[in-house]
Amino acid sequence: MRPLDRRHLLGLETLPVSEIRALMDASRAHAEWLEGGAVKGDSLRGRLVLLGFFESSTRTRVSFEAAAKRLGADTITIGTSGSSLDKGESLLDTAWTLESLGADCMVVRHPRSGAPQDLASRLSRMALVNGGDGSHEHPTQALLDLFTMTRHGLDPSGLRVAVIGDVTHSRVARSNLYALTALGATVVVCGPATMIPSGLEALARRPGRVEVVARLEEALEGAAAVIVLRLQRERQEQGLLPSLSEYARLYQITPERLTRWAPGALVLHPGPMNRGVEIDSRVADGPRSVIREQVTAGMAVRCAVLERACGVGAWAESERAETMLVGGRR
Amino acid sequence: MIVFVNATGVDRKPLEVRVENGRIVEIGARLTRRPDDRIEDLAGAVLAPAFFDPHVHFREPGEAYKETLETGSRAAAAGGYSEVAVMPNTNPALDEAYRVRGVVARGQEIGVCRLHAIGACTLGLAGERLTEMAALIDAGAIGFSDDGRPVEQAARMRRALEWARGLGTVVVTHAEDRSLRGEGVMHEGTTATRLGLAGIPAACETTAVARDLELAALTGARLHVAHVSTARTVEMIQDAKRRGIAVTAETAPHYLMFTDEDVARLGTAAKMNPPLRSASDRDALIKGLADGTIDCLATDHAPHTPDEKAQPFADAPFGVVGLETAFAAALTVLHRQAGLPLTDVIDKLTRRPRQVFGLPSAGIAPGAPADLVAFDPQAEWTVEPEKFATKGRATPFAGARLTGRVLGTWLEGRETFRLASPMAGVR
Repeated sequence: MRPLDRRHLLGLETLPVSEIRALMDASRAHAEWLEGGAVKGDSLRGRLVLLGFFESSTRTRVSFEAAAKRLGADTITIGTSGSSLDKGESLLDTAWTLESLGADCMVVRHPRSGAPQDLASRLSRMALVNGGDGSHEHPTQALLDLFTMTRHGLDPSGLRVAVIGDVTHSRVARSNLYALTALGATVVVCGPATMIPSGLEALARRPGRVEVVARLEEALEGAAAVIVLRLQRERQEQGLLPSLSEYARLYQITPERLTRWAPGALVLHPGPMNRGVEIDSRVADGPRSVIREQVTAGMAVRCAVLERACGVGAWAESERAETMLVGGRR
Repeated sequence: MIVFVNATGVDRKPLEVRVENGRIVEIGARLTRRPDDRIEDLAGAVLAPAFFDPHVHFREPGEAYKETLETGSRAAAAGGYSEVAVMPNTNPALDEAYRVRGVVARGQEIGVCRLHAIGACTLGLAGERLTEMAALIDAGAIGFSDDGRPVEQAARMRRALEWARGLGTVVVTHAEDRSLRGEGVMHEGTTATRLGLAGIPAACETTAVARDLELAALTGARLHVAHVSTARTVEMIQDAKRRGIAVTAETAPHYLMFTDEDVARLGTAAKMNPPLRSASDRDALIKGLADGTIDCLATDHAPHTPDEKAQPFADAPFGVVGLETAFAAALTVLHRQAGLPLTDVIDKLTRRPRQVFGLPSAGIAPGAPADLVAFDPQAEWTVEPEKFATKGRATPFAGARLTGRVLGTWLEGRETFRLASPMAGVR
């Protein structure tokens, strides 16, 4: 089997482009059979997939669980309820216990940036998939965004993608920045200065591929896709914005703004949406919205990610191919 | 009677020292041996006045599981220190004379490091009522601070400075606007953005420094700026000194060696407050030490348990240990890399910090207490935290190769530390 560090999916900051492409290819294959009405696959039959969700989550957890089950895996879900300590040592002890139970893979969602990476460095057998950590990374979300775009015929190379909203607190934005720039897209970021972190441009995997602009129209103009970020209502209490309506006035994605500045653009949103705040319902439910497709895409992508984590499917094949190649050369 | 032989001074000239009843009685290039002399052959090592650290956290009373006055004292001795000043943010705080007296007395009982205290500025470090500074001084306080919890109200800080001025003592400011820190856990910049961690802007320190410098000017009191971490702070202190304000400053070795970029690699072992800053900040601190704007080195030795530091970055407490690496780190960065003369580097660990806090600093001279350190300025070694005397293990220097090693430490002529084999110098 592939070495453990090549089965983990911790983030997209350094994941090789070839791996991103392989995950896209596998996701496509999964999407085809999932959409074709096949009832169940069996590539993960007999595998144990743990879902460690130490922060509230519905769609990501359900998506991973559905993906695992559609591939025939057994799943166990653990959360924070019942244990008040969801930090450091207890998380590590939990993971070691689960690893000892013989789990093949664990999906971790954690409120603290870096928690899954810390954990992965201490594991010896169980692959770890980051289901979103703090404000750091959410690799499967970015992969499903990418997959949704490619399914609509968008080639990331040379593409302009707008990311609108609270980037400071967004793991989705960071992972998207990495994935999109790695594949040659340019990401134009726009949001209130209170929610744009310093030095963001340096996160581009190819130099110069991240631009931060002040006005929404600058971000939308020429964008083939718009990723709308969720605005947490608690940001208002933190003093990061005067009011939701002020935010909406400046940054809400409305049909009028789309028509004027980005008429052909796809609209994505990682969910859950605050309708009437960052996005107008007429956009969310309108013809350019691919928000529901993102959910379907998420399952295909997570099927691929779980197979990679367990070293089966396309990843078992590729290993055999590598071995044969090496043998042939000898 | 002990005679240290075959040593050199910090000026690298031959030096021999005779010690009697804890005091230096005779020095020279070569002393005449007497029959009852106990010879301490330093085999070419440098013999210098032992160091003084004005900023350590020994956690007693209240958090002895992190460090005790004893483990802290032993760490100090292992680092070449004969005296330290413990910060008052213990639980309870060092805000009453009997508590300060307790720390000093316990230090004497342990007998490996002279303990002084920085007394609390305000009762319970609450930023409200001033402590009885005169009583605290009598008990052994050598300065005052609400370290870790800056005096928030400018008016309170003004009164603290005025009271301190009347007593001729120094107020140490932990310069930080806590509202600007907010949820921040590391220097604000690209690395924090990349790691998804909330940032602490440089302005968090500089706005507080600006306020306290103005208050020092207003009151004429002596202000000491603790753990300077930004280039702008260095500029402001330089400017204040030119204007004749009675300000002094310290920085810690980790700010000279590491930057915020290292946090990605080092994790919580590089989490302290103020945080590691940018490369230009680091360079300005080195320059500030070289030109005297920053007066001295302090470790801000702040031990926590390995379990506490094993938490996710945002949850782990601020603070790293530093006593057992400070000298070697200072020598490596300031002497080896930045080219400061050895004498200047040692001065920032010995005479200057003592001057700032009004402690005697006679150096190596007849009549002075035999507080001595022997070190090999050429010895290279790898930092292994598991071998530390402190209870703390978190340090950004873990695994680092440093040049310069403490071989032995003496407090009033008594050996308080000796490096286990291999003994490069001391026999």
